[in-house]
Formats: sequence, structure tokens, C-alpha cells
Amino acid sequence: MNSSQLLSFVTFAYGFAATFYVAAWVFKKTMPARLARWAAIIGVVVNVAGFMLRWKESYDIGYGHAPLSNMYESLVFFALTIGILYLFVETRYKTHIVGAFATPIAFLAMAYASLSPNVSDKIQPLIPALKSNWLIAHVVTCFFGYSAFAVAFGVSIMYLIKSWASEKENGLLARLPGLKMLDELTHQMVMFGFLFLSIGIITGAVWANSAWGTYWSWDPKETWSLITWFVYATLLHARMMRGWYGKKIAYLSIIGFAAVLFTYFGVNYLPGLHSYGSV
Amino acid sequence: MKSTNPVWKFFVSVKLTVFLLLSLAATSIIGTVIPQNADPEVYFHKFGPFLFRLFDVLGIFDMYQAWWFQLLLLLLVANIVVCSIDRLSATWKLIFPRNLVFKPARFEKLEKKERFSVKRPPDALEAAYTAFAAKKFGRRQIDKTEKGFVVFAEKWRWTRLGVYIVHLSVILLIVGAIIGSLFGFKGFANIPEGESVDHVRLRDSGRMLPLGFTIRCEDFSISFYDTGAPKEFRSSLTILENDQAVVKKDIIVNDPLRYRGISIFQASYGEMAPEKKPDHDFSAENIQLNFTVKASGMVYKRKVEIGKPVDIPEGHGMFTLMEFNPSAEFRRQNIGAALFGVLSPLQGEPVEVLLPLHFPNFDKMRRGEVVISVADQEAETFSPAQKDDVRYYTGLEVNKDPGVWVVYSGFIIMIAGCFITFFMSHQQICIEVSRKGDNSDVRVMGIANKNTMGMQRKVEKIAGHLAKLRGNP
Repeated sequence: MNSSQLLSFVTFAYGFAATFYVAAWVFKKTMPARLARWAAIIGVVVNVAGFMLRWKESYDIGYGHAPLSNMYESLVFFALTIGILYLFVETRYKTHIVGAFATPIAFLAMAYASLSPNVSDKIQPLIPALKSNWLIAHVVTCFFGYSAFAVAFGVSIMYLIKSWASEKENGLLARLPGLKMLDELTHQMVMFGFLFLSIGIITGAVWANSAWGTYWSWDPKETWSLITWFVYATLLHARMMRGWYGKKIAYLSIIGFAAVLFTYFGVNYLPGLHSYGSV
Repeated sequence: MKSTNPVWKFFVSVKLTVFLLLSLAATSIIGTVIPQNADPEVYFHKFGPFLFRLFDVLGIFDMYQAWWFQLLLLLLVANIVVCSIDRLSATWKLIFPRNLVFKPARFEKLEKKERFSVKRPPDALEAAYTAFAAKKFGRRQIDKTEKGFVVFAEKWRWTRLGVYIVHLSVILLIVGAIIGSLFGFKGFANIPEGESVDHVRLRDSGRMLPLGFTIRCEDFSISFYDTGAPKEFRSSLTILENDQAVVKKDIIVNDPLRYRGISIFQASYGEMAPEKKPDHDFSAENIQLNFTVKASGMVYKRKVEIGKPVDIPEGHGMFTLMEFNPSAEFRRQNIGAALFGVLSPLQGEPVEVLLPLHFPNFDKMRRGEVVISVADQEAETFSPAQKDDVRYYTGLEVNKDPGVWVVYSGFIIMIAGCFITFFMSHQQICIEVSRKGDNSDVRVMGIANKNTMGMQRKVEKIAGHLAKLRGNP
């Protein structure tokens, strides 16, 4: 069994979890929710196993680096952080309906990693610029940030759906968690994401300074991560100081996540230092 | 500090903050779409005379250094400073009050209160409850009431300072960057193996700057993985003072040499120009290219000759090999020996294609319909004569940035400040115990300046814990 096979299984587990979380919400049943929860837990465990195995395989080949060096590996790790973060939210806030909006993102990340012809799952050697102890700290913190923003995005979508149709007391929408809780959860996730994005940018800057001799060079990836940071900083200030609430915050959180996606994927189509992220 | 000064009023607004943050976010996009600091000719060719003039006046080609972008940053700093000073005086009084007063009315207003009863009188519970509050919260106050007692307790009042810590960190970053640009420099030097330099060329002005010491490059080596990707660039450097070797170190990417506040980084490398023209050193019959058609996944092998177009199968047009270059450049980086050709699709513009011999997958980066590679080719076929006597130069980035420690302390303070601001709050609880017959009626209430839902969960937990305490017999 190699890591790619394990990780294909993870795609399936997250897909199963996503389907059953949606089913639990739509049919108002607890059984699918329990199945979904188990699928998500198994998905996360196997995701970790696949990640570790791939790490070991890279040593076996003789390259020897953490599997955080290209698009495939980052997607696998992205799915893992979303899985972990979502399970934390489910346990803490005691609601499984968020799962219907969060686990599909983990599934899409894994499916894109496994199926897209543009993403190669081959273990590649590290180019000189990536050979650094900062690699792990930088990528891990960035992706915890990204995944918190992903969950915030899912919750913001729930907020908008719920608030658009709140008059018609349709059962499906009534079963979404209360607006106040959704708003609060968005805020919590954005704060968590903002802290980790900040640490991610900072570790990246310190790394850049030891590799290229400058901690900030306005490279497109750096600039886009800063744009993302500005958008979420706006959200936090608008909420804490101007009392923005609800829909406005949900829209900002969606714009923020669009910036995250562009930082992650879109930048690969622009020229710059981070171009190895695209292979 | 309430001021009627209009300048102060302008900068104290959070609307301004939101406007500045969003303007910075939006304008920053420009510089990621239009490559920065390229050759003016390239821009002229791309945008035409009118847009070129307009963009040039607006500083779009070096926008992060343009006056208007720097002005936005400066306004943001002024905004942060003024807002922080304006609010700090009020917060300061809250954090360090002359005497601490708990206001029961603030707890009474809460919607959610935890309530339970214990089959013991208040007197029996007082010691245990007080000890609990002391352990979990620290600062506390116990008041006797007609029917029992009230415990007020609180912790983390100082965390109200968190947001000022974050703001301070942003100021430090900007100050550090200014120190760096005023008292530091960014330069580079290309040193052939065995030679030395005591000057570097500055990146911004092109001026030569004396270092005060000499850098000698003893040796440069490059190694590749079997996939053709570069594995390591290594320069053996010696620092000399008055012709005396003082430091010797091999530098690689990510492991620079630091000497007297100056850092020396492995940035690039290149091959020295060969003495003779190697134009026809290789046999033209031997060049074979692989054409991978993306749509079908088929790989076609074709022999090519300089100047003679070949058909690409599946109707993807023609490819013409133009020249062989023993030392080609890509984005100012030397990539060694490479072929250069022109691909003319049936529809659309012809594209120039670069095929470095050391990087067989290089052409994938172009993201074209057809990927051309020299994968099966022995590099020696192309450059038989010069494999051993190739002489390299190392490209070094030589920088000095005395502001970097200010920036780094800003980084640490920012992380600490964000953590405090987001995940710690000033928490106060109120535990009210009143006699009801032989039993006690207990109410637990809590307020926090942030994360009210988290505080509610915490109050529930505390109530659950207190309900289990039996107190004195």
C-alpha cells in the first residue's frame, strides 16, 4: 500500500462524510450525522497516515523532505487541516450541520489533488530554495489559516442562506443553527485564521530573509497574502469597532476567502518566486 | 483625549481605517498583475504609447515604491497611532483603576444566568466557593448580603491592552523597514571562481559600494537530481581583511554568510563565456525532440535541424529550431545549455520556446497544447568539447539591513498581540448564594469584554463544577 492509495481512500471518506452530513441536514435524521462523523474521523486519521507514509516514502527514495512541497501535497494537507478544524468545531459547538458546508471543501481539495491532470502526485525532490527548516512552520501555519477561512466561508454561506429565507419557516432552513451562533462562529474562525495567516506570513518573511536576503519583496504570492490579510483585518475592525454584524460580515468573509483562493491557486498563473507551488 | 482639532478628528475615525485597508488591498493587486521593475521597452511594447505614459506617470511599474502607495501606508500608520492614543487613555483607566469596583447591575442585565440549588446553607459553602474563585480567577471580592453572600471575581484585565500591542507591532514593522531603507543597502556581485571583489553594485542606483573587506570565491559547484531539477548551488567563500583570510564558509541557498552586519547570499550563478564560439560543435543530425500533445497524451519523437521547420502531429502547427546556446538565460538566471526555437500553431501567434538541456520538463511551464522536451537527450551530445573546462561565476546577493531586528521584534509582538486580542478576554464572574430554607439558591453570571458565547460556556462549566462542591459539614 502506498500513500497515493491511502489518500485516494481519504477522498472517498470525505466524500462520504459530505454526502451524509447533507443527508442528515436535509432528512433531519441523526443516523446519517453519526455515520458522517465517523467517516470524517476515519478520513482525518487516514489522511494523517497517508501524510506520514508519504514523508517516509520520500526518505526511501532518497529525497527526504516533509510532504509539503508542491500542489498535490499542499492540497492533501489543506484537506487534513479542514478535517481537523471541522471536527473541533463540531465537538465544541455541538452542531453537525456545519459539516454539510465544511466537509465538501475538504472533499473538493482531495478530489482536485487526486483527479486533476494538472496536479502530479509524484514525489519530487526539493529545489535549493525550499531546503529549509522554515518550510514546515511556514506551510503548516499558512494552511491552518486557510482552512479556518474555509470553514468561516462555509458558515458565512449558511448565514446568508438562513437570513435570506428567514421569514418562510421552511424546515430545511429552520434546522440551520441560529443566526447569532453562525455569526459568532464566523468571527471565531476568522480570528483563528487571521492569527495563523499572520504567523504564516511572518515565518515566510523570516525564511525569505535567510534565503534571498530580504524579508519582503512584493512577490505576487507575498502581495496576495497581504491583500488577504488586509481584507480580514477590515472584517475584524468593522466588527469590533464599527459594530458590523451578520450579512455584512458574511460578505466580507466570502470576499476574504476568494482572496485566499487566489493566493493559493491564482498566483501560480502570475510570474514570481513562488512558482514551484504550481507543479 | 477628546479633541476638536479637525486633523485629529480625521485620523481618529475607524471608517478611515476600513477605507485605507480596502484601498491598500485593491491597489496592491495592480503590481501582481503587471510585473514590476521590468525593462521600459517591454512595457512600451505591451501597453502602447498612451498607457505606457499614463502608467509611467503613476509609477505603476514600481508601484509599491510609488508616492501614492507609500502615502496610503503613511496614512494608515497615522490612523493607527491617533486611534491608539485616543482610546488608550480610556482603556488605561479601565485597566489600572484606583479602586476596583464590581457593579452587580451589569450582571443582573445578562440574559443568561446559571441557576441551581444546593442542599446546604450558604455559610457552609462560603469557604469552598471563595477558594474556587481564588483559584480560577485570582482577584476577588466577597460581600455579605441579607440572605447569604456574593463572590465577585475577575481575571485578565490587562488583556484589554492586546489590540494596542498589535498596533505597536505594525508601527515597529514600518519603522524597521524605514531604518533598513535609510541605513542599509541591497547589492550584488558576480565573482568568477578564484577571483575576488571588494565592491558590490547597488540594486537601486547601480552605484558601486566599497565593502571594507574582500570576498573571494574559491569554488562554485552545482548538482542536479536525476530528474534534472537543481539540487544544490554551493559557493566556497573566503572573507579577507588586508589580504588576511578571516572567515571561510561554504554558502548555499538558505544558509548565507554573515560578516560585520553584512549578509552574503547565494542568489544565482552562470558559466563564463567560452573562449571560442561553440556554434557548430555539436552534430545537428543528433538532435531529437519529444513532442507531447496534451489533448491525446501521445508522445512523438522528431529529428530537428537548425532552421528547418518540422510538422507537429495532430495538426498543432510547425516547430523550427533556431539556435543552440551553451549558456542561456531565463529571467536573468543562467540555466546552462539550451535550445531555442519557434513554435507556430495553425491558429494564433508563434511562440518562442526555450529548451534547457538540464531541465527536461521546463517547457511544461509554458502551459501550451504541446509540450516539447529534450528528455532523452544526452547533454554531452550538444556540448562535447566544454564539459570539463567550464568555468562558473557565482552570483551573490550582498545586503545590509540594520532594521531587520526591529522588524523581527515587531513579528514576535504581533503574534503575541493577536493571540491576546483574539483568545484572551477580561472575564468577570459573579456567584450569588442566598438562603432558601435549609438550602442555598445559587446564581452564576459572567461577563467578558470579548467572545460572549465562549464566556457563556465557561459560566455553565463553572456552575456545573460549583454544584458538585459540598463545602464544610
